Amino acid sequence: MARIGLSKLSHSYVPDPAAPADWAIKEMDIEWSDGGAYALLGPSGCGKTTLLNIISGLVTPSRGSVLFNGVDVTRLPPEQRNIAQVFQFPVTYDTMSVYANLAFPLRNRGIPDTQVQARVREIADMLELTDQLGRRASGLAADEKQKISMGRGLVRQDVNAMMFDEPLTVIDPHLKWTLRSKLKELHQRVGVTMIYVTHDQTEALTFADQVVVMQDGEVVQIGTPVDLFERPAHTFVGHFIGSPGMNVLPCEIRSGGAFFAGRHIPVDAGIGVPKPGARVELGVRPEFTRFADDGVPVTVIRVADAGRHRIVETRAGDTRINLLVPETAEVPTGDACLAFDPAHTRVYMDGWVSEAA
Amino acid sequence: MATKTDNNRAWLFVIPVVALVAFNALVPLMTVVNYSVQETFGDNLFFWHGLGWFEDILRSERAHAALGRQMLFTAIILVIEVPLGVAIALAMPRKGPWVSVCLVLMALPLLIPWNVVGAMWNILALPDIGLLGHTINAMGIDYNFTQQPIAAWFTMVLMDVWHWTSLVVLLAYAGLISIPDAYYQAAKIDGARGWAVFRHIQLPKMNRVLTIAILLRFMDSFMVYTEPFVLTGGGPGNSTTLLSIDLVKMAVGQFDLGRGGAMSLIYFLITLLVSWIFYTLMTRNESQ
Repeated sequence: MARIGLSKLSHSYVPDPAAPADWAIKEMDIEWSDGGAYALLGPSGCGKTTLLNIISGLVTPSRGSVLFNGVDVTRLPPEQRNIAQVFQFPVTYDTMSVYANLAFPLRNRGIPDTQVQARVREIADMLELTDQLGRRASGLAADEKQKISMGRGLVRQDVNAMMFDEPLTVIDPHLKWTLRSKLKELHQRVGVTMIYVTHDQTEALTFADQVVVMQDGEVVQIGTPVDLFERPAHTFVGHFIGSPGMNVLPCEIRSGGAFFAGRHIPVDAGIGVPKPGARVELGVRPEFTRFADDGVPVTVIRVADAGRHRIVETRAGDTRINLLVPETAEVPTGDACLAFDPAHTRVYMDGWVSEAA
Repeated sequence: MATKTDNNRAWLFVIPVVALVAFNALVPLMTVVNYSVQETFGDNLFFWHGLGWFEDILRSERAHAALGRQMLFTAIILVIEVPLGVAIALAMPRKGPWVSVCLVLMALPLLIPWNVVGAMWNILALPDIGLLGHTINAMGIDYNFTQQPIAAWFTMVLMDVWHWTSLVVLLAYAGLISIPDAYYQAAKIDGARGWAVFRHIQLPKMNRVLTIAILLRFMDSFMVYTEPFVLTGGGPGNSTTLLSIDLVKMAVGQFDLGRGGAMSLIYFLITLLVSWIFYTLMTRNESQ
C-alpha cells in the first residue's frame, strides 16, 4: 500500500508540444495519502484516463514524476509498480476457470500453490464468487466478469494501489448500485489506496473521500464531495457537479460590489480586482436560489417535476436561472423576483473563484 | 378454436431455391452417382454394375496410394502453414503505415491464378535455367524435381506454402487486431509475458478465425489439383500423383467413367466427413 504523489507532472501525445492544446495533462502536483479512496472526475477527453495510465505505468509522462511512498517510479513498467487496474470493459481470460483467473497474477509471480489456493478462496469469498470458482470465465455476465477483474487485483497482497477506469460503464443499471457498494465495502476491508476514474458524478461522489475534478487536462479542484458542492472553485465544477448545475450570471464589479442586471447582489467573500478584459461572473446553485418579494426580476419559463422537488427554469433577459423548490412550494407564473443566498453566492473571474485581494 | 388453413401456394416460394440447388449441386452429383453404378462399353450403352466399382476402388492399391499421398500432402501443408501463418501475423505491425504495405504483400500470392502459380514454380525450379533450381544446385545440392521424388515433393510443398500461407496470415491477423488493448494492459499488470500472453489471450481470441483457416486449408489442400499438376504432372513416376490427379487420369484420361464416378463419391465423402469431424471437434472445444 502506498502514498501516491504526482510531482510537476505533464504529458503530451505529440512529440513537440507547443500550444496549450497539445498537452493531454497540464502540469499538476497531487499528493494522495495511503489507503484513501479517490475519484478522478471529468467529461470524456479531459485526460483522466491518461492520468490513470500514467500512475499505473501504461503511459510514461513527458515531464515530471510519479512517486510511490516518496520513491520515483516514473520509469518503472506496470508489473514492477505492484498496482492493479480494472478496465472499462471487463477483462477476463476466457479459456480459464474463474479460479485460474484469480490465481493468474499469483502464479505469474511464482507463488507456491498452497498459498495461491488460500488467497484465491479468501478473495472469492469476499467477492461472493465462491460458487463460480469452477466455471469457465467466458460464460459469465458482465458484472461477474468485472468482479473477477477486481479479484485479480485484490489477490495480490503487496498491491500499492488499485485503479478503476470507468468500471461500471457496461454494467446494467440495477447492478451498478450493488457493485458500487461492494467496492466501498472492499475498500474499508482491505484498506488499499483506490483511484476511480469516472464521468458520472454520482459514482465519484458516493465512492470517494476526495474527488479530483479535471477539465482539458487540468485539475480544476480537489476536494471532498461537500467542498465541490458548496464551494466550487471554478464555474466548470459548479456546472459539472449538481443536477441541474450552478447558475452562472454575467456580472459587473462597481465600487467593490457585484451587480447583475443593474442590481447589487450581496456575495460570500470579498471580491478581488478583475484584470482588464476578464470575464466576470456570479455563481449560485439552484439549491440556494429562491423566489422573493423583492429581487432580480425574471420570467418563469417552465417547471419540471423531479420527485421530491421541482426544477423551475426562469429567464432574466438572456440569462437562464434555475431554481430548486420543494414539491409543496407555490411557484409563481409569469413575472417573479429572485433572491440568492449570500453565503453561497460567489464571484468568478475568467472561470476561477475570486478571493478578496 | 383456431383453424389451421392450408395454403399450398406457399410452396411457390420454395421452388426457386429448389431449382437453384438442383441445378448447381444435385443434378451434377446424380450424374456421377449414375456413372458409378454402371458399366459402359461405348456407343452410349450402359449396364447395371451395382456396387462393383466401389468395391474395386476400395481394394485398389493404386487408389490407396493416391489417397495416402493426398493425406500426406494435406498433413504437411497444415503443419507448416498454420503455425507459420500465425507467426507471421504476430510479427506484423498492429498500426502505422506499414500495416497496409504488409497486407498488400500478403494478399499478392492469393491473387495469382492456380495454373500461373504452377507454371511459375515449374520454371523457377528447373535445375538448369530456373533461379531456384539453379541456386540449389550451385550450392552443391543435387536437385532435380523432374527426376527425384523428394525434390518434387519439396517443390510442391514450397509452392503451396508460398501461395496459401497468406490466407492463414490474413485470418489470424484479423483475429489479432480485434483484441482490445485492455487485454494486453491487464496481462502486463498481472505479470504475464510472452508465452502466457499468447497462450491465454491471443490464441483464445484467434480460436474462431483459426478454425476457419484450418478448415479452408484442409479442404483446399485435400482437393488441390491445378498447381501440382502443372508443376509435376504427377511425376516423377507416380510419386506426386495425388488422389485428385489420379481421378482425372482415370475419368478423363482413361475414360473409365464407372471407376471415376465411384472414386469421386468416395473422395467427396472423405472430404465431407473430415471437415465435419474437424468442425465438430473445434466448436465443441469452444462451447465447453
